[in-house]
Formats: sequence, C-alpha cells, structure tokens
Amino acid sequence: MATHEIAATHHGPAAAHAAHVPAEHSAHAALAHHFDNLEQQREAGSLGMWIFLAQEVMFFGRLFLAYVIYRTRFPEAFAAASNHLNWKLGAFNTAVLICSSLTMALAVWAAQVGRTRRTQVFFMALTGLLGATFLGVKAVEYYDKYRDHLIPVRGWFHWEQPLSANVSEQNIQMFYWIYFAMTGLHALHMIIGIAILLPIMYRAWKGAYSPEYHAPVELFGLYWHFVDIVWIFLFPLLYLLGAHYAGGHAAAGH
Amino acid sequence: MSTAVGAPATPIDAPRGVRFPHVNYLNANYGIKSWLLTLDHKRIALLYLASVTFFFFLGGVYAIAIRLELMTPAGDLVESQTYNKLFTHHGVLMVFFFLIPSIPAILGNFLIPLMIGAKDLAFPRLNLLSWYIYMAGGIITLWALLSGGVDTGWTFYTPFSTTFSNGYVVAAGLGIFVNGFSSILTGLNFIVTIHTMRAPGMTWFRLPLFIWAHYATSIIFILGTPVIAITILLVALERLARIGIFDPALGGDPVLFQHLFWFYSHPAVYIMLLPSMGIVSEVIATFSRKNIFGYTFVAFSSIAIAVFGFLVWGHHMFTSSQSIYAGMVFSFISYAVAIPSAVKVFNWTATLYKGSISYDTPMLYALAFIGLFLIGGMTGLFLAALGLDVHVHDTYFVVAHFHYIMVGGALMGYLGGMHYWWPKITGRMYPEGWARFAALVIFVGFNLTFFPQFLLGYMGMPRRYHAYPVDAPVWQVLHVMSTSGASIMGVGMLIPMVYFIWSMRYGKFATANPWPATGLEWRTASPPPTENFGTTPVVTWEAYEFRPMEETEVIGPGDTPAQPIDGMQPTDGKNP
Ligand code: HEM
Ligand SMILES: [Cu+2]
Repeated sequence: MATHEIAATHHGPAAAHAAHVPAEHSAHAALAHHFDNLEQQREAGSLGMWIFLAQEVMFFGRLFLAYVIYRTRFPEAFAAASNHLNWKLGAFNTAVLICSSLTMALAVWAAQVGRTRRTQVFFMALTGLLGATFLGVKAVEYYDKYRDHLIPVRGWFHWEQPLSANVSEQNIQMFYWIYFAMTGLHALHMIIGIAILLPIMYRAWKGAYSPEYHAPVELFGLYWHFVDIVWIFLFPLLYLLGAHYAGGHAAAGH
Repeated sequence: MSTAVGAPATPIDAPRGVRFPHVNYLNANYGIKSWLLTLDHKRIALLYLASVTFFFFLGGVYAIAIRLELMTPAGDLVESQTYNKLFTHHGVLMVFFFLIPSIPAILGNFLIPLMIGAKDLAFPRLNLLSWYIYMAGGIITLWALLSGGVDTGWTFYTPFSTTFSNGYVVAAGLGIFVNGFSSILTGLNFIVTIHTMRAPGMTWFRLPLFIWAHYATSIIFILGTPVIAITILLVALERLARIGIFDPALGGDPVLFQHLFWFYSHPAVYIMLLPSMGIVSEVIATFSRKNIFGYTFVAFSSIAIAVFGFLVWGHHMFTSSQSIYAGMVFSFISYAVAIPSAVKVFNWTATLYKGSISYDTPMLYALAFIGLFLIGGMTGLFLAALGLDVHVHDTYFVVAHFHYIMVGGALMGYLGGMHYWWPKITGRMYPEGWARFAALVIFVGFNLTFFPQFLLGYMGMPRRYHAYPVDAPVWQVLHVMSTSGASIMGVGMLIPMVYFIWSMRYGKFATANPWPATGLEWRTASPPPTENFGTTPVVTWEAYEFRPMEETEVIGPGDTPAQPIDGMQPTDGKNP
C-alpha cells in the first residue's frame, strides 16, 4: 500500500498538469494559491506525510537499535525486568489502539464517500476517545512504576526483587530507561495526534470535507496508523519478552 | 503584504533614486512584517542568508582566535580549557549553523521553485517555520556558548560529554537538536516540491543538476537528521539523569555514541558537499557553454553518494576498538563511495574540454572547487586506508583533509553560487573586477592556511592541542604560515561582504539572463516577481542546451526566445 501510494506520485505532476484543466477545480476554497489544482495539492500532501513518516522511522529506529544491542548483551536482565511489566494492561492497550485504527479508517472512509458530517465526527470522536483511553491506561502503568521505584533516574531507581547470578540492578535499569524512552516517545506522539485531531474534527463538523476534498483527514489517518504500528512492535518487545521468565522465583506472583 | 499602500523608502534603490522598473518580490510590499511573516520562498531564502552569514562570521572569529594561539609553541594566549571551547564553538557554529543550512536553505530555497517552474515550494508555511526553528536553535546554542561554553569538540564524544565535561553540553545539544528539525522540514519540502510541482514538460532528466543534488541532499536530511536528534537527546538524558546508555559503569557503551554520531555525521558531510557540487555543475556548463558531459551519470552519482554515504561511518572509528573486520568493510566501502565523486570530477573536466570557457567569478570558484575537492577527496582515501589512518588519526592531517572538503569544496561552491545567482536575487550586478580579485585572495589564503596542516599532521602534530614542542622549529614555521594564510583568507571573505552590500544599492541593473544561461530561473525577470512566472512555463528543451556564444547573442540561449517568458521587459543592464 505504501509503495503503491508513492509510486503513484512518481509520474504524477507532469501528467496531472496536462490532464486536468485548472479551471475545473480552481474555485475550491481549500486550494492554496501555489498549486494548480486539488489533485496536485493532495499528492504533495500525501507524499509529504510519507516522507515525514520515513523520518519518524529513523527517529524511533535508533531506540529500537539501542534495545537490540542491550537486549543481546543482557538477555536475562531484560527478561527479568520485562517480566515485571503488566502484560494484561499492555494487551488491553494494544486492543484499544487497534480499534482506534479501525475507527480512524472509518472516519477517512466517511469523508471519502461523503457520509454526513455527523458520521465523520462520530468516528473521529471515537478515535480520539480510544486514544485518550490508551493514554489513561499508560498513566496508570507509569504510576505503578513510580510507586515501585522503577523510574530509571540515578538515586531513584530501586529493584526490590532478588537478583539472580547474571542479572545486575544496573542492567535492569537499562531496560527501564529503554521502556520509558520508547513508550514515552510513543505517548508523546499520541498526545500530539489527539491535539491535531481536534481541529480536524471541528472542521468536519463545519462540513469542510467532501469526496472532492478530504486530504487532511486522510493524512492524519496515515499518521495515526503509523503511531499504532509503532505500538504493535513495542508491545511484544517490551511486555511479552519476559512473560515466561522464571529465572527468579517470584515470576508467578505477577 | 501588509503595508503596500504609501510605500516608504525603497530598501533597494537604483542609483540616484531610480527604482526597479517592474514589480518584483523585493518591492512588492514593504515593512518588517512583510518579511518576518512572508511565505515567499525567495524572501525566506534572504532571511536565511542574513542569519547564516551572521553565524559564519561568528564562527570565523573563533577560527582567528585558534590560529592566533597556535602561532607560538607555548600555550600563551589562552588556557587549554579556553582553547577547548574555542575549537568547539568554531566547529559547532560552522558545521550546524553555517555549512549544513547554507546552500540548501539559501540558494536551494530561492532557486528550486524557479528552476522547476513552480510558484513556490510545496509547503510555504513549513518553510517559514523552518527558519524560525533555525533561529530558535541558533539562539539557544548562542546562549549556551556565551553563558559558559562547551569544551567537548563538535563531536560531543562520550563519556567526556556525558560524565566529565563541565560545559553547557545540554543547552548546546538542545540548540542543535532543535536546529535539526529545520533541516528535516527543508528536506521534506524539497523532495515533495521536486516530485509534485514541476512545470509541464519538466521531466526528471530535464532537471538542472542543481536539483538532483538537492534531491540527494534532502534524502540525507530526512534519513540522517532524526538520528543525530535522538542521539543528542540521549546524551542530554544521560547527563541529566544518568540513564546509563553510554556509561560503562552502568553497563552502557560509550562507543555506541560514536556509531550513532557518525551514522549521521558522515552523511552530513555530504549534506555540505552535494549542494555545492550542484552549483559547480550549473556554473561549469554555463561558462564553458556546453551540456554537462554525461548528464545522467552526474545526476545518479548524487543519489549514489547519498546512499553509499550512509554505509561508511566506521572509517571514523578505526582506532576506537571497532572490530578489525568491520574496519576492513568500512575501508572498502569508503573507497567505493569515492567512485561517484570521481565520476563528477571527470565529467566536469570532460565538459571543459573544447568548451568556450570564460573566467567570470563563478567559474573561478567552480574551478577552485574541482582542484581543492580533488585534494580533499584523495586525502580522504588516504585516511580510509586502515594502516595509514592509525598514524594520522586525530592529527592535523585530518583537520587539513576535512577543511579542503568543507572550505575548499563546500564554501567555494557556495561563494561561486552566490556570485552566479546574485543578479537574479537582487537584480544587480556585483563588481566583476573586485570579485575576481577576492576569489584569488581567498584561494591563495586558503591553500596557505591548510596545506601546511597536511605536513604538520603527517609529522605528528595532534589536533585539539593548544601547545606544541619548541624543539621542532619547523612546526612553528608551518603554524605561522597557516595563521598568515588564515588572515589573508579572512580579509578575502570581507571583500565580497562589502561589495555585495554595495551592489545592492549601486550595482548595475542585471538583465533577466546576464550570463546567458539556459535554466528556467533565467527566463523570468531579475529579480523575479513574487509568483516567479507570469504564466506557468512549458518546457520543451533539454537541460543545458547551449549554443555557441555568437549564435546565442543573436537568437537567444535555447529553443525559446531570450525574453523572459512572462513577457516582462528586462532592463538593458546599464544604469539609467
Ligand atoms: C566529501 C566530503 C567530505 C567531507 C566534508 C569530509 C569531512 C570529514 C570530517 C569533518 C572529518 C573529521 C571528523 C572529526 O574527526 O572530527 C573527516 C574525517 C575523515 N574522512 Fe572525510 N570528508 C569527506 C570526504 C571523505 C572521503 C571521500 C573519504 C574517503 C573515502 C573520507 C575519509 C575520511 C576519513 C577516513 C576520516 C577519518 C580520519 C580520522 O579521524 O582518522 N572523507 N572527514
Ligand atoms: Cu566520514
């Protein structure tokens, strides 16, 4: 799907110029002055979003790299630390995000086929609500870590469970900062996402989106799906990695 | 935009009060707001020009201070601690706030829409935002430098930067982090613009090579800059919270930082160089009046450089405990990446062959670029040889190498480009005689500064030291040569500064196409109107379709009339 989208823009501009008579669309209020027609504007927007997402991949990618390096270096510590995360809350949140992706896709569809503004806003609101739910659960989890002294800051971090031979407290702290860095960055993206969704919702309510013009909804959808996909990777890497860890003895307690 | 009525004094005025004969982007409206809130890519380019120039001269001041200290063997001018700050500030300002944004954000911004026949970049608001982000990053960094400074070197190596340095590492890092987003936005804007905004008939292989170079640069902006951003963020976190990622005491790995840093910073050296190569392609074609030899090879070599540039970062780490097998691979790929660079040099040379060459100032800089880049690039190969690098690593040989590339290459290209497009940007000619003189001064000063450093480094003078042994008199001789060269170059840099400003008021009016060249940017008035072209141009000719000079004078440079296609009358190039 990604490659298809981008490939479509490759031979786009010249063809777009030739094929569309500018006058056909030029009256549309959403057309910026420096574009010839809405088609060109939409292409530019969607290519821009894909490139932005490529940039995001590199941004998150370094943290994944750090994860891979330190996980291979300290496999047991990572398993022990991961075992302490609450995989049930993680799984719940995964389900919430997948649902929100669905509602977002429905919102895009509603704008594309010209459903009423009510329908559009309904799906968008549902998306936002699910996003907020995710963040709420995340906050609960963070609070638990705070209570257990698992915030990986010097002088703060304290691991209470017994340590086995190959596991040092420092290596467990390493897992926790990776956990906080990755999920924190992800949560930041969710917050920004909801902040962007609100004005889009407002404009949808004003009836701005039609089958002819709905680029903002579509582009936001791309962003939202991307943020979801990041979580789909984070969940198994962080939560499930140590789900069966029995190296300590208290594993069953969780 | 706002205060168009009752226009006050023209900022750019013809001699004795004569105004530009046509409405253009400079005189379309006036007032500070019309500049600070402008969405016109041409005005944003000028905003960048002003701020980048400021950082360039500030970085230059630090360079002069470094060179003064090194005139004598004893560390007598400044303490070693201060010296550490001098070269760090010099490097940070020059790399992140001058070289990286210079050509893309100024000339790229100004020219890309003009060259492809568009009204603006695809996202004008992001473009303006990128300038504000750049300014924010610059101000934060300046604050860090002035309120205490940083002594880590521009490379911020851990564990020094994370654990031991007393400098304002976090603040400086924050400035660079913020600044990175301006690069990302610029790159994004360029790629989208080049893909979607080309005028009808402007196919990929009719694009000027300047565009290809910027396309490749933008790829690096997009894929590289986020990496340095997150890396610097990690250094800051490590300093503030001791999270342990680069701290061996906590199980972290300081060399991981070097990997992450050079993964960006080697490609970043091509960010500095590729746009310059784009300029050289334009200038060489115009002033030898020939199509670039092997256009497609030169175009794809830019892309090849961008791609392979991501695979060679390990050549900065041969002596850093990196595995010897990794070292061999990195060494080999470093040799491979020299091939596309060599393709360019050979093709430019072949373009010169039997061309009708004229030695206007832009051409002088382009020729200087070829020669100096050759030396810089070849010594890069020396450094990429495992055995030799162990000897010269972290010596002045390395310093000389990258200055031949960054100053001899990137900066020369930048100056050549500024002269070449100055008539288009301001509508005025610069004084040719002075400009050639300045080019000569800069060229001589440059070589006198940096050639001795190759010798110094080969003899073992380490970089980043503020003192050296007295009992090696030849070292001092070479250092004094270097310092005098730097002074000559410094003066040489001031000359263009003066005559560029002078020409904005007193220069001759430029015609639409003073050289004459073939690109679309020359087929609209000088300076261009706000919307660039009266009507969207339709391109029916190949890039660089030059005709012999005599023919050009009679019938114009290409298949189209010499008049700007929007029908706007250019002036005749003389003072009224
Ligand atoms: C094309 C533009 C180039 C630029 C702007 C550039 C810039 C630089 C810079 C800034 C450094 C030193 C960084 C530091 O240690 O602080 C450096 C070092 C190095 N460069 Fe280049 N370089 C370029 C091309 C090349 C090429 C083509 C090669 C080889 C194929 C090369 C090989 C090296 C090596 C091996 C070093 C490390 C030397 C050492 O630290 O021992 N460079 N270059
Ligand atoms: Cu390198």
